[in-house]
Amino acid sequence: MTEPRVQDKRKKGKGGERPMVPRAEFRSYYGRPVLKAPVWKSPDVPGYLFLGGVAGASSVLAAFAQASGNPQLARNAKVSATAAIALSGVALVNDLGRPSRFLNMLRVFKTSSPMSVGSWLLAVYGPVSGAAAVSAVTGRLPTAGAAATAGAAVLGSGIATYTGALLSDTSVSAWHEAHREMPYLFAGSAASAAGGLGMLTAPSGQVAHAGRFAALGAAAELTAKQLLTRRLGDDLAGPYHSGRPGTLLRAAEGLTVAGLAGSVLTGFIRHRPGSPIVSRTAGLALVAASALTRFGVFEAGLASAADPGYTVRPQRARIGGRADV
Amino acid sequence: MKTNNHPGRWPERSNQSAGLDPAASAGHLDHPPRMGFFTDTSVCIGCKACEVACKEWNAVPEDGLTLTGMSYDNTASLNASTWRHVAFIEQIGRDPVASGAGYTEGQATADGARWLMSSDVCKHCTEAACLDVCPTGALMRTEFGTVVVQDDVCNGCGYCIPACPFGVIGRRESDGGAHKCTLCYDRIGDGLTPACAKACPTESIQFGPLDELRERAQRRVDELHDGGVPDARLYLDNPGDGIGGGGAFFLLLDEPEVYGLPPDPVVTTRDLPRMWRHVAGAAAALLAGGLVSALARRNGS
Repeated sequence: MTEPRVQDKRKKGKGGERPMVPRAEFRSYYGRPVLKAPVWKSPDVPGYLFLGGVAGASSVLAAFAQASGNPQLARNAKVSATAAIALSGVALVNDLGRPSRFLNMLRVFKTSSPMSVGSWLLAVYGPVSGAAAVSAVTGRLPTAGAAATAGAAVLGSGIATYTGALLSDTSVSAWHEAHREMPYLFAGSAASAAGGLGMLTAPSGQVAHAGRFAALGAAAELTAKQLLTRRLGDDLAGPYHSGRPGTLLRAAEGLTVAGLAGSVLTGFIRHRPGSPIVSRTAGLALVAASALTRFGVFEAGLASAADPGYTVRPQRARIGGRADV
Repeated sequence: MKTNNHPGRWPERSNQSAGLDPAASAGHLDHPPRMGFFTDTSVCIGCKACEVACKEWNAVPEDGLTLTGMSYDNTASLNASTWRHVAFIEQIGRDPVASGAGYTEGQATADGARWLMSSDVCKHCTEAACLDVCPTGALMRTEFGTVVVQDDVCNGCGYCIPACPFGVIGRRESDGGAHKCTLCYDRIGDGLTPACAKACPTESIQFGPLDELRERAQRRVDELHDGGVPDARLYLDNPGDGIGGGGAFFLLLDEPEVYGLPPDPVVTTRDLPRMWRHVAGAAAALLAGGLVSALARRNGS
């Protein structure tokens, strides 16, 4: 019954190389977590992070596809966005401890709460996105449809990125300390998935536009993820590298790289549409990669909260930094 | 004046020595003094009368009768249905002088073994993350400067749970809502002492106006230092710290993390303005990506 001194299980580096600085020991209350892990359910919440991203970025893609003369791609993206955001709404209400009170989300507006800002964004974006889709499918009220398309694109850019602040505005170090990169990671992941979905559904003549959007998104996602783990450093990035979230994120990265190659080929290199196999496969890979990324980031946060070391060590380092000055 | 006698503590901010007035910031213009808890763990005997009194008065349901196997603490942690939690730590093989063996008689023995006991509770932070992130306004600041969940408003979104830097608040399975210590809002509104402090047989839990408690705590820690307990330290007493100081603060005999407390908590919303700027940047980048993928077509084909 003595107080344990916890020495971290260190993840073996590639080729068994030893890190330069030994990881500090930390003290804890019998190894129990300092924080409470989020009670958000899976797949509801990581599923929402994915679907909200698909929706928001699809609205952005739709607006530019419409403006540049790719009407089928635009119409498909609007329908995708509306379907994704409707599913998101179901997932979010289902995740509440008291689902019947979901309307309380609109009781106040607080910029200090990303969830409050997000709820209002969703409440406005959902109907606007729906109006754009209905107008595109039925061909009615084209002027109002165009306005809704533009509005959904602007609101959608918020829907796809505010979730970065939603996760980072917590005490979970793997999320909080990543607050600079998280919105960019999510924006990239969203564009990659929306572009990928466009590549899956667009007619061959309009697939290149979706390929370009997907390629930019995939490149941004890979870059942001690198920067994120580099900022966290070997220690705090642990949850992103090890265990189940590590596996999910490695799988996501492999699929993103493959999808990036296919979407560059589709969007930037081929000038004539060829066999749809490359673009369809790449599109599918990117959609799957985006989902895996969101589940990986979500689970990395759960792992971070469950381990007192990820809470205590960075705070001890901060105290050490102040004492040295 | 308080002295900054612990290495690595937050520096005192001259313009904020008294700290923010959370009740006034929340719109309680003519409000009573800020009330709080000072928990002096050096006199805690681990009897758990506070846990029982809290459950009884607040009608908090039972939340598990299992044995943890880690120590005499079978409550394990604060939660939706545990608003006071007595931590129990057994330390063996410490230096008897450093552990204050001579002073805290009965807690330490000649071989340096000692038991640490501490009654943990919601900190009622000056800058409260749970309250900041609550999207419904269910979490509110009372006229006493405390933080309370309005059960009839909470929709169980769970955002407060990972926001809290102390792992205090939780969601109750039976009703789906978030719950935590109210600092006995109903009792203190009637001039009564909160149930835990009332039941504490050693006055380890002290209730009163926060200003007075801070002075009393400083006297107590000085007394302990003079009496040969160099490990005694105050935790969350400083309005200049990362949560603006706790409405509930503690005298500890070891590092906070030994008690399961974060050594340097910072309210997550301090970084939120920067987060919003990055969200705006990422949203703009997403729109720019849409524009680029449209323009590249005209140039490319």
